[in-house]
Amino acid sequence: MRKNGKLVLSPYKKNEITAYLVVVLFFGIMASLKATGVLSRSLSGQLIPIAAYMIMAVSLNLVVGISGELSLGHAGFMSVGAFTGIITSLYLAQAGAPTVVRFVVATLAGGVAAGIVGFVIAIPVLRLRGDYLAIVTLAFGEIIRNILNVVYVGLDRNGLHFATTSDIALLEGGSMILKGPMGAITNEEISTLLEGFILVVVALFLAQNMLNSRTGRAIMAIRDNRIAAESIGLSVTKYKMIAFVVSAVLAGFAGVLFGLNFSSLAPVKFGFNQSILILVFIVLGGIGNIWGGVISAGVLTILPEALRQFSDYRMLVYAVVLIIVMLVTNNKSVGTFMSGLKGKLTSRKKEGGDDSEKN
Amino acid sequence: MNLLSNLISGLAIGSVYAVIALGYTMVYGISKMLNFAHGDVIMVGAYISFCATVYWNMPAWAGILVSMAFCTVLGIIIEGLAYKPLRGTGSLSVLITAIGVSYFLQNAALLIFGSAPKMFTSVFKGEAFELLNHQLVITRETVFTFSICIVIMLLMWFFTQKTKIGKAMRAVSEDNNAARLMGIDVNRTISLTFAIGSMLAAVAGVLLCSNYPVLMPTTGSMPGIRAFTAAVFGGIGSIPGAMVGGILLGIIEIFARAYISSELSDAIVFAVLIIVLLVKPTGLLGKKISEKV
Amino acid sequence: MKKSTFKKVVVMVLALCMAFAMAACGSKDEPKTEAKLVIGGIGPTTGGAAVYGLAVKQGAEIAVEEINAKGGLQIEYMFEDDTHDAEVAVNAYNKLMDKKMQLLMGTVTSSPCVAVSAKTYKDRVFELTPSASAPAVTEGKDNVFQMCFTDPNQGKTAADYISANMSGKKVGVIYNSSDAYSTGIVDGFKAEAAVVGLSVVAYEAFPSDDTANFDTQIKACMNAGADLVFLPIYYTPASLILSQSKALNYAPLFFGCDGLDGILALENFDLSLAEGVYLITPFNPWTTGKDFADKYQAKYGEMPNQFAADAYDCIYALYNAFQESGCTADMSAADICDKMVPYFTGSFKVTGLTGADMAWAKNGEVSKAPIVAVIKDSAYADL
Repeated sequence: MRKNGKLVLSPYKKNEITAYLVVVLFFGIMASLKATGVLSRSLSGQLIPIAAYMIMAVSLNLVVGISGELSLGHAGFMSVGAFTGIITSLYLAQAGAPTVVRFVVATLAGGVAAGIVGFVIAIPVLRLRGDYLAIVTLAFGEIIRNILNVVYVGLDRNGLHFATTSDIALLEGGSMILKGPMGAITNEEISTLLEGFILVVVALFLAQNMLNSRTGRAIMAIRDNRIAAESIGLSVTKYKMIAFVVSAVLAGFAGVLFGLNFSSLAPVKFGFNQSILILVFIVLGGIGNIWGGVISAGVLTILPEALRQFSDYRMLVYAVVLIIVMLVTNNKSVGTFMSGLKGKLTSRKKEGGDDSEKN
Repeated sequence: MNLLSNLISGLAIGSVYAVIALGYTMVYGISKMLNFAHGDVIMVGAYISFCATVYWNMPAWAGILVSMAFCTVLGIIIEGLAYKPLRGTGSLSVLITAIGVSYFLQNAALLIFGSAPKMFTSVFKGEAFELLNHQLVITRETVFTFSICIVIMLLMWFFTQKTKIGKAMRAVSEDNNAARLMGIDVNRTISLTFAIGSMLAAVAGVLLCSNYPVLMPTTGSMPGIRAFTAAVFGGIGSIPGAMVGGILLGIIEIFARAYISSELSDAIVFAVLIIVLLVKPTGLLGKKISEKV
Repeated sequence: MKKSTFKKVVVMVLALCMAFAMAACGSKDEPKTEAKLVIGGIGPTTGGAAVYGLAVKQGAEIAVEEINAKGGLQIEYMFEDDTHDAEVAVNAYNKLMDKKMQLLMGTVTSSPCVAVSAKTYKDRVFELTPSASAPAVTEGKDNVFQMCFTDPNQGKTAADYISANMSGKKVGVIYNSSDAYSTGIVDGFKAEAAVVGLSVVAYEAFPSDDTANFDTQIKACMNAGADLVFLPIYYTPASLILSQSKALNYAPLFFGCDGLDGILALENFDLSLAEGVYLITPFNPWTTGKDFADKYQAKYGEMPNQFAADAYDCIYALYNAFQESGCTADMSAADICDKMVPYFTGSFKVTGLTGADMAWAKNGEVSKAPIVAVIKDSAYADL
């Protein structure tokens, strides 16, 4: 916008606009379908989780795609966001705040909490490389989940009470809002589709702007050749840290959106499998390709539900689909066919290294 | 006494982790791929051994052999169908495929064997050893698991150091392209490594279920992740590293549970892992990563 | 864009279209020839908790078949998988609502059940869960009822029974600290043990059912001198504790809750290990539940556990209450709920496999007497 004229759009800008268009269209169509009652409950009930997963895809893409570090513990940040959001929301509810205010403050609190955790974790994590870094993120994910399993929070007129066992003496009218392994069971569902949509746009906006900024180019330079980047004076730690913390904040947002959509949420939800699920989104969507990840998050969230007609074979079919998609998208002959197709569809060659695969 | 007895418990679970970690480490060493389906191959191995001994009335040793043969074939099939076509593409693609395979194996097992857990009969029959005036009890499983673990380590070490195929494996893991130029059939070597890894998984499955005899479709996933952690702990790609990592992890886990907090034992295990990696970024016995400019 | 990315996007968009198309197909209404009562069920049929979900699904199926064979009002029964996850459970619930579900039997496990019951409360759908035993499931919701005992209640019963009949024993407790069921019972047990003055020498937690090694916990109980070990856990870890205790030559009296039910049906389990184990169970497949157990065995080739029995009773309770309260199959779920709730908490009583004359309080709890049984000759012997 600043650099280019109104008519000449850089490939980056074009990508960016397509991304927003896809999201606006998707949510616009969904919201109108939902309002007119055409959309089945099954689909409309998934829209907020889909929005949350889309933000997670953007978030993880910042670390894996843009910064080039494999993270296997991203669900941990999501859980920090979710539970912080739930506590904040319930605390404000007691203070009598309106729903919108609760959601906004909870989102900010969740984002900040996840960002702080992300910062603390990034200090040791970024000292490592490659798969060793990946395993440490996995370890942190498990540690967060494990610690959440022993966090008990009660709420009464005097405010919040924290403990590591369920023995919290609460005043009358107070209740436990976080019960260790049981998680939050008195949560109120206050997420709305509009809030989900706004958060997705905010996440995309943040990510795209970061990509096209000096910082983003520095991060990608470090990913592509760390030593060369270092030799021209880029601080590796600083830039990697920025990517990691922004990513954690976004994951925190996603967590709040997700957490405030369910009346019950247990820490076990945010285990290794959840982290892997998000990783699957972005690998299938094309690592580093922000909007590919967003679409893929939508598809892969709906897929297991769409497979319900297979009843007992549902998860088996899901596994087979996953393997086949991976094989097909990486297959050379299909690749030739697709690039031929692409040649017909787009006359002009595009450039841009925003979607190069790792390794 | 208590300390000693906890140490022995740690050794038992650690030896199982070590054997599983060995499978991870060998596959990783040669193809630089995190094979998350390894834990589920262990589960399959245990089921086959269960079927062989309980349904087909085979003796325990025959059950192990059948299970080893089955898993070897399974490993070759998985590698050929799911991993081989992706060789040369991003390592993340293979990682996701491995997860697909893991889901597949778990859900196939659920459909074939049902959801109800099965009790695995330990292959090591007999009374526990009682030492020091009945104060220290060591189960037969502990003794055998530990010994088998050592034997397997030595065999694998001998295999990779002294045999021709083993040396080919090391060459491929050292430098894929150079090995190819030296006339080594890289694809075959990788397939062979998978076959051996899967065979070890069958042994690990039998050992795991002999020690902790509940068999379910999800039996392999948690030990799989822990063993993966153990492999990294010891230095992924290194055979003695897998052994050291596995056993240490087992001991830390049991000690954390006994003396600190059983609720937080997972967190403690992983925290130790992080600290070790910060001090030695490539694990206890891992090779130094040389940076290419 | 690189080629590979484009490819992926094309594949993704195709997949998205497919997914939506399939979802749309699935939600189409099947033409109804005659009015049937649509009962939905939700529970884990895949994943680590599949054994409980499948038992409920199958137990309920038997009741539905019995009722449909008798003629009269027919039941259409649908069961959806929730993989023991609140998010998937809500999806499953929405799916069932698309299929015009009128009554909900579920969900099987507590944490997902809390999420679903918040939805049924809002939508006014009558819900009876066979096995979600946490108090939070029914708290503040007038439309949700339980067929099983609540967890703290079981803990209390256990403490009372031990203090009345096994006095003087030193009690060790081994429980799963990451499980709502287990921690719920322990909370109730702890409170009551203090009241009746039980001598509890050890509370030993383990972090999850995935952990198959209970050496530390068993040894801690051993060292504390416990001669009675209370096991408020499911039968899978319990079976391991029994066999590992034996391996360590530790033979206290074991006392379990209804989660222990099913231990005798464990394939290839050394039944001698369970001899003399006490457990609280509402269901005895060798005496009162024999007919059901035979039918179940013939159909599914395995022994039913209390989950199956509770589900069986749930279907009968729902069906009877539906008819007796004067509901008809063409009514909407909300209308049915309005009519059934006052009736269910009023004069309604049902006798089933898991209790006689069971009635429900306004808070959703069932009134039935917990029975303590002992395992003798691989069967439950009443005391």
